[in-house]
Formats: sequence, C-alpha cells, structure tokens
Amino acid sequence: MTGDHAQRERIFSRNGAAAVRDAGVAAPDLERIYRSLRLIRRVEEEIARIYPSDKIKSPVHLSIGQEAVSVGVCDVLRPDDVVAPTYRGHAAYLAKGGSLRGLFAELYGKATGVAGGKGGSMHLIDMSQNILGASAVVGTTIPIAVGYALALKRAQTDRVSATFFGDGATEEGVFAESLNFAALQKLPVLFVCENNYYAIHTPLPRRWATDRLCERVATYGMPVHQIDDSDVFKLREFAVAAVGRARRGEGPSFIECRTYRWREHVGPNEDYDQGYRAREDFHPWLRCDQMQHVARMIPDERRTAIDAEIECTIADAVEFAESSPFPTTDQLYTDVFAGE
Amino acid sequence: MSSPASNQRVLSYVEALREGLAQEMRRDSKVFLFGLDVDDHKAIQGSTRGLAEEFGPDRVFGTPLSEDAMTGVAVGAAMAGMRPVHVHIRMDFLMLAMNQLVNIAAKARYMYGGQVQVPLVVRSMIGKSWGQGAQHSQGLHAMFMHVPGLKVVAPSNAYDAKGALIAAIRDDNPVIFVEHRLLYFTDAFVPEQPYVVPLGKARICTQGDDVTVVGISNMLVECLRAQEILTDIGIHAEIIDPVSLVPLDVDTIVGSVKRTGRLLVVDTAWTSCGASAEIVARIVERAQNGRPVAVRRLGYAPTTCPTTPVLEREFYPDPGRIAQAVHAMVRPEAAAWRPDPERAKLAHQVKFRGPF
Repeated sequence: MTGDHAQRERIFSRNGAAAVRDAGVAAPDLERIYRSLRLIRRVEEEIARIYPSDKIKSPVHLSIGQEAVSVGVCDVLRPDDVVAPTYRGHAAYLAKGGSLRGLFAELYGKATGVAGGKGGSMHLIDMSQNILGASAVVGTTIPIAVGYALALKRAQTDRVSATFFGDGATEEGVFAESLNFAALQKLPVLFVCENNYYAIHTPLPRRWATDRLCERVATYGMPVHQIDDSDVFKLREFAVAAVGRARRGEGPSFIECRTYRWREHVGPNEDYDQGYRAREDFHPWLRCDQMQHVARMIPDERRTAIDAEIECTIADAVEFAESSPFPTTDQLYTDVFAGE
Repeated sequence: MSSPASNQRVLSYVEALREGLAQEMRRDSKVFLFGLDVDDHKAIQGSTRGLAEEFGPDRVFGTPLSEDAMTGVAVGAAMAGMRPVHVHIRMDFLMLAMNQLVNIAAKARYMYGGQVQVPLVVRSMIGKSWGQGAQHSQGLHAMFMHVPGLKVVAPSNAYDAKGALIAAIRDDNPVIFVEHRLLYFTDAFVPEQPYVVPLGKARICTQGDDVTVVGISNMLVECLRAQEILTDIGIHAEIIDPVSLVPLDVDTIVGSVKRTGRLLVVDTAWTSCGASAEIVARIVERAQNGRPVAVRRLGYAPTTCPTTPVLEREFYPDPGRIAQAVHAMVRPEAAAWRPDPERAKLAHQVKFRGPF
C-alpha cells in the first residue's frame, strides 16, 4: 500500500469545498450526510467502549473508517428501496435507517432486539426499513439482493436493491454468478464493493493476480465506477447515476469504493501492533476521514447541535438495551418454521 | 382422499407434478418456476411441459448454470413475497447450493427474529440405472433433514407427487422436494381438482402384523413388491410410506411398531447417518418402554455408485433383498431363505396405483 501514498496524498488533500461544489450538494443534504456519518462513527465507538464490559453478547465487526460507502449510497436511496448489508454491517444498517434501539438491544441479546436476540451483530435486519438480513458467510447475501430485485422488477415497481460486500466476497463464485444473472435479466441492483484491502488479515496482493476488479466486472455487461479515496460526494454522484439507471429498467451497476478498516477485523480494538499492517498505512485514510471532512463543511453551531442530538439518541438506545428483558427460554424454539 | 373406482383418472408421476404446478401457478401469481432447462423441449422429463407457453417467460424461465446464486435469487425473491419453485435436474447438483440452503434458507426465519419467511420449493431428481454412476444417482435427503428449518418431502407415487407439491408450494418454509426418476412414469389415480397431501402425515399402504416396513421414495415401491413375495410364504408386512421426512410422522410408525415389534427401514440412500438411521432412532426412543423392537436398515451399499450393471445391481436394495431381510427378522430361527429369482423379477412388473 505504501507505494500508493504519494498519489493518495494528492487525492486526499483536494479542497473539500470544491468537492461539494462539484457534486452540487445543498446545505440540507450536507447536514443529512454528516448526521449519518457521525451517527455511525459514534455508535461504533460506543459499542467499542461498552464491549469490554461483556454486556454485548455478540462478536462485532466495526465499520469505523468505512462509513462513507454506506452513507454515500444509502443517501440516494428511497425508503422503499432495499439494502443487503454484510456482517460488517452496522454502517449500512444505520445509513438506511435501521432502528438504533433495535440494534443495541440485539447486541445485548435482548428480546427487544431486531431479531429478538437470536441474530446478533452479524444478522441485523429491519424489514420495516427494507434492510435485508446480513450473513456471516461472506458473499452470501449478494444473490439474495439480486433475487429481491427480481421480485421488485416482476412487480413492475421502480424500486431498487443495493448489495454491499467486501473485496473478499468478489473472490467467491457466487459473486460472478450474481453479476451475470443480474446483467442478463437487467435487474435493478447496485453492487457496492467496499474494498478495504484485507480479507480478515490477508491483503489483496496475496489474493488477486491483478487489481483490475472493475474491468473484470464490466465484462459481465454493466457500468462500473471506481472511487479510490472513499470520497462520499463522488460516491454519491455515481450512486445517483446507478440508481437512476436501475429505476429506468436499464439494469445493474457496479461501484468499487476503496476504503480502510481502522479497527481489528473483529472486536473493538486497533490492531496495528499485530504485524500484518502498519499504522503508517492508516495515516492517509485518517487524514481523508469523510466524517471529519464533511464536519468541516457544516457551520459550528449546526454541527454542535447535530452532535448533541446524536449523543442523546445513542444514550437512549443504550439505556433501552440495558433495561430490556432477555428473551424467555421458550423462545429457543420459536420461528424455526414459519406458521408454527 | 379417495378410493379407486373404474372411472378414476390415471396419471403418471410427471403428469401429476405438471398438473399440480400449473394449478398452483393459476391460483397464485406469486408462484414462479425456474432452473436450468425448465423451458426447453424436454421440459424436465415432461414435468414442466407447456408451462412456459401458458405462463410466459417471466414466470417460467431457464437459468445460467449457477446453482449457488440461483438458489440465493430464489431465497431473495421468496423473502420479497414470491413463491419460487427451483428445479434441479439431479440432486447431486444441490451440493453447489448448500450455502444458500443451509446457511440462509433454513435459518432466515429464526436468525432474523421472524421478520422474514422463505416459501421456497426445491425440486430435485435422484437418478438410477443406465450407468448414471457416482454423481447422477445420489439420494442426499438426509443432509437436509439434519438442519432445522428445512422440510424434506419424498413422494413415492403420482397421487402424493401432486398433493405434496401443492402443499410444498403453499408452505411458508423452504421445502426440499425429492423425486426419484424411476417413479416418473409410474401411474396412480390422481384427482383432477387441486388437493393437498399434508406434510408430516405418513400413510399405511398395506396392513400386517408381522413387521413394520418403512420405504422411502422409490424404495416404497420396492417394498410393496417385496411384500408380494412375502405374502407367498405367509409373512404379512405393514408397509408405511412416510411421504415427508421432515416433519416425520413418528406417531404412525410407532403405532405400527408397537404392534409388530419389528422395524425395517429401506432408503434410497446410504444408511450411515441417513434417514433410515434417524427413523430407527426416533422410533426406538419412543417405543423402548414397551417390548423390545428388532430393527434393521437397508440402503445403498456403503460405497460409491458404480456404472457397470453387474456392480450396480449389488449397490441397491431390491425386492428380493428386502424380502430376505424381512424373513430373517420375522423368522430368525428358520433356515435362511432366498426368494425365487423368477418370482422376484415378476414382482417388478406389478404396478401400484393406490388406493391412497
């Protein structure tokens, strides 16, 4: 990664205000985007803070550093559009409007959690917000989102389905199969790859002979976009085009967004002392942190108000989780089958 | 359910499947049918014939050879409220769809806290004979029985094929629908009107007091042929078709075994960790407070299915071997008995058409 540093420095130092002007983002949009980025960051930090207390009964794969991918895409989706997050899915779940109380209660294993305490962090779902359930098995939800899109198309709606996945998932056979079928049937799908460079701890050069992912995908017959700096406005711009195309019945699109996982693969901590990556690799990503980047575009007064509001919301959700009951033991056998 | 009468209509297993599918697709616009070659000129042995013409390419369509993703597509569409019927030409290919079936379809209802359901039917065929060999012949239903959240059905005749398929399509859960290819052109009395064969209800096909014999899928037919041979020597077997393996009608089998004291399960699969092992265990657990139960299982030889007929013949249970096993259970003191091979061959000719 170090070889890319010079180029990244140039990209990351671009003027934030110019980016906004380029993307034509209005003030209310800016606040909404900031609120979403900030909420996700603070929720993840709060989870990391609580985690050592062992109150959270679920392994957590935090989205810190990768928030912009979910926010940039979900910001252009309608409430009736569908997303399929991954097991590192708190960001997509929150960006799409998933219940915060339901999230914390689920992590705590409480009956009031989105899955009644049976799913945990890796299986968040909120169908009331059209958030499909996440899977712990990499790549598994890609075709689920495609199948959902098939149903949307058959119902002659203009709703779309967006599926998030990491760079590792693109190595699974089901990824190629899903691209092919979605393109063949011209399904309203956005394939969004969060390329954070690592499959757990194994970096791209040890997994890919070339990093021309977009080229590979393009041959299936769909537009592809690459964003190499996680810029939320650029991503949003591509998402607008891709969603529009899907709504018009013109088929799927693919977006590869380079990003960086700040914390360890699973758990609340940093892991730069583990030897598989260097803290120096993280520095450019820290400098281009989209949460801070967008924060600088919001007047101080407004930002302070939004931040305070977010803290209240989180405190409320944590309190809700703390005070909620655990499920009763008879819940062990409910919902094995539907209709029983 | 009806009893046979001369004016009743006889239909083959494939025709019954086709009719059940067509009726459900007419009844419910959410039902769609897909899988490799469902819309080609061979129409999955005829079981999908005419459906593409009647319902159009949006509801009946062939797919790329992508079992994994296509199963995920079916699951996603089912979560969105549709009712997919996904067809596989061989059960062996379901191994390519295991992640979606085991990790998502089976678990979605539970791990997503009841927020979704997956009304999905997965049709798959078990092949036999004509040198189909190692990867076109496997009965792998036990793999699916192992996982909570999946239903598993293996109809042995045209009547059940139609009624259980309709039940499976109307069920709000994923159902693995197991079809044995040798049953496809067997006939039964099949009512024209749509009807449901409930999943979880076994059928006592013949009554007898000497031994309870459970036959799964096409082995039910082989058991009925064996029973014919056994009747010649005065042994009366109670032959039970479980129809569905999950849920399993333990009560009916236990009721029979309590009377006979003997249980033989014959499966079109291996016995190790198989449906036969499960059925025997479940029945013995339930019946063990009464008199001792003698148990036995027959299934594929514990080896890979060969192609050459000389070896293949040794691989499968047949009516002669089933009859021999029953004889050994019922008359353990008697001298070893082998049915006359000519008689066993004749039994093969018998067609069972009901009553159901």
